[in-house]
Amino acid sequence: MFESLQTGLYGLTSGVSYLFTQGGPNVIMLLIAAGLLYLGVKKQVEPLLLVPIGFGCLLVNIPLSDLMEPGGLLRILYDMGIANEVFPLLIFIGIGAMIDFGALLENPKMLLFGAAGQFGIFITLMLALALGFPALEAVSIAVIGACDGPTAIYVASQYAPQLLAPISVAAYSYMALVPIIQPPIMRALTTPAERVIKMAPIKRSVSTTTKLLFPIVVTLVTGLLAPKGLPLMGTIMLGNFMRECGVVARLTKASENEIANIVTLFLGLAIGGTMEGHAFLKPTTLMIFGMGFIAICMDTVAGVVFGKIVCKLTGGKVNPLIGAAGISAFPMAARVVQVQGQLYDKKNHLLMHAAGVNTGGQIGSVVAAAVMLSVLKGMGLI
Amino acid sequence: MMIVGMGGTFLTLWILGLVMDLLKKVFPLVAKTGTAENK
Repeated sequence: MFESLQTGLYGLTSGVSYLFTQGGPNVIMLLIAAGLLYLGVKKQVEPLLLVPIGFGCLLVNIPLSDLMEPGGLLRILYDMGIANEVFPLLIFIGIGAMIDFGALLENPKMLLFGAAGQFGIFITLMLALALGFPALEAVSIAVIGACDGPTAIYVASQYAPQLLAPISVAAYSYMALVPIIQPPIMRALTTPAERVIKMAPIKRSVSTTTKLLFPIVVTLVTGLLAPKGLPLMGTIMLGNFMRECGVVARLTKASENEIANIVTLFLGLAIGGTMEGHAFLKPTTLMIFGMGFIAICMDTVAGVVFGKIVCKLTGGKVNPLIGAAGISAFPMAARVVQVQGQLYDKKNHLLMHAAGVNTGGQIGSVVAAAVMLSVLKGMGLI
Repeated sequence: MMIVGMGGTFLTLWILGLVMDLLKKVFPLVAKTGTAENK
């Protein structure tokens, strides 16, 4: 009788005793989970992601809960859509269905800004290799510079699943911090005269047929040049084709709403589930956050410098600020450019140009990841 | 790797830009004339 009472009480208190004896990292992670939930709920920073990630982190750091053990809820979600990269691809269908590439199609040269905005990926790749990370881990860390959560998750889950948690949290955190990170760099690299350059209004020149053929052509061209990235580009373009063809409105609506919402919830919970204290709290995590920050900064630097070059080449017709929008954080980066432009001239409307560059950045980030994977494949590393 | 990667990204997007320009030329926006409103 006494023995069963004792074992029963042990069962009730084992979680608490674990927390006080070996659960130091879990306590820290519970505080981090609280921080993520605070940012998501109170500050509205990427709430759709930070709330499920924060709650998943909270769940997995309660000792002996076994949620990430085989058969546990978070492990099932992880195996269902992250281990096999399905979740980020499903989200990409939704993103494709949401994005209007019209502004980019009006001026396709804006795509080059989307290439310049990926410079941080390659600088970070070199940095990670120099710091001694194995090639595949370095590639996964570098993709944080794409400023594109699903792409970062796709690459990390495939080539460095052990780093998935810090990489995905870093990617989404820095995406949310774009309005804070970018403006000082934009101001530092441009002159007052450059910031007030007014760009010619965009004339509507794209036919419906062009908009319809665009996703097919992009899929074919990028698929042929960088086939390793086809799942990423193929899904984003599938979503966009459904949007533009106009005959599958129900599928488009489901992709951008129900499917995207459900997958975002599962994805966030599963990522939170990978944030177990003993696995997450390592020096590597801090290094990944540091390199991710450098990546986003270098993206912005390269974009604005490229903007300055184009400004010179066109005789001052392009405002270099729009270069900062050449990253994938859509439409946040375009809004940052608009706000910065209007700080110096309230009548300067850069939004449409920046939106074109920003959608170019969306394609650019996927192309950069695809190119990098295809290069690695060519080198026999993957 | 950096040169090939960055160069490959620029090249791919430049080609995409050219193809998009070509698409716009082949399928130009035709101005609507004589719409129901005009009539």
